[in-house]
Amino acid sequence: MVPLQSVALLFVALGALLVVLARDVVRQALLFSLYGFALVVLFLVFQAPDVALSALVVSAVAYPIVLVGALARVAAHRKRRG
Amino acid sequence: MTNQLRLALFGVGALCVGALLVWGVLDLPAFGHYAGPYGEIIARVVEPQRHMANAVTAVVFDYRGFDTMGEELILFSAASAVALLLREIKEEDTISVVDAVRSDALNGVGVLASVTTFVLALYVVAHGFISPGGGFQGGVVLATAFLIVFLTVEYHAYERLATTRFAEPLESFGAGAYVAIGLVGLGLGFSFLENFLPLGVTGRLRSGGSAAIVNWASALAVAGAFVLIFSEYLEGNMAARYGRGRRL
Repeated sequence: MVPLQSVALLFVALGALLVVLARDVVRQALLFSLYGFALVVLFLVFQAPDVALSALVVSAVAYPIVLVGALARVAAHRKRRG
Repeated sequence: MTNQLRLALFGVGALCVGALLVWGVLDLPAFGHYAGPYGEIIARVVEPQRHMANAVTAVVFDYRGFDTMGEELILFSAASAVALLLREIKEEDTISVVDAVRSDALNGVGVLASVTTFVLALYVVAHGFISPGGGFQGGVVLATAFLIVFLTVEYHAYERLATTRFAEPLESFGAGAYVAIGLVGLGLGFSFLENFLPLGVTGRLRSGGSAAIVNWASALAVAGAFVLIFSEYLEGNMAARYGRGRRL
């Protein structure tokens, strides 16, 4: 179990770093989705399936969708303004 | 403020936070050595006391049901605030929206995935006391079942399925029912949100007593809240992109 846990922790650390380092917001939102999925694996490996289920939908789906939606809206607004 | 001053200020702040972090980490219990007594106690008493196999759900909807009510209402007000802020688009603005996935294969797989997700969500809610899951998780999964329709089929199909006229009362009813069950318990002479129905047999679908109803109420509230948030965002985006769009 310990090697699996180390790998999961490593992926989460790597994902978090990538999210912080991404400069483009859309890319950041997509990377956050991947990072969220790494978190899901982490929770699963650490035997917290309840948390994994919530994290799966909230951080891998719902949050990126809201973020991308907001970005699309801002882009449309800018286009209209010219 | 000069750059040098800024850097110096940041340096002092970073040093302080870093020192606190190191101090905190040094005092952490060893990896995997949980020191608190409550986990052990709950794991031991949950089955005899509440006839539930999933201790997490038992804590969330029974032992600490009052805390969960607070969380429920936070989500309720957050979704209401989103609806309030984003609802500047009239429904007719989205009539002219042309947004459909033109691949038959994707449509087919999407519909299948959506239906499967819907059933899975109901399963996760219903078995919250037996296997991992419960009202919150199941509720969010339920909302994503609708989102899959938008992603793989068509915006108008999503709009018809997950109409806000349906999501709004669902959310309110769920949040209201949560509080109402607590009040019914009070009226019957129990504490607020104390379990007042027979607990049933552990492992059966009909176990959990009144906490099981609280579980379903929160599932409805959560699903309604998430569908509402998704719908408001999508409606605004679609109107901005395709509609005549008056105020954006």
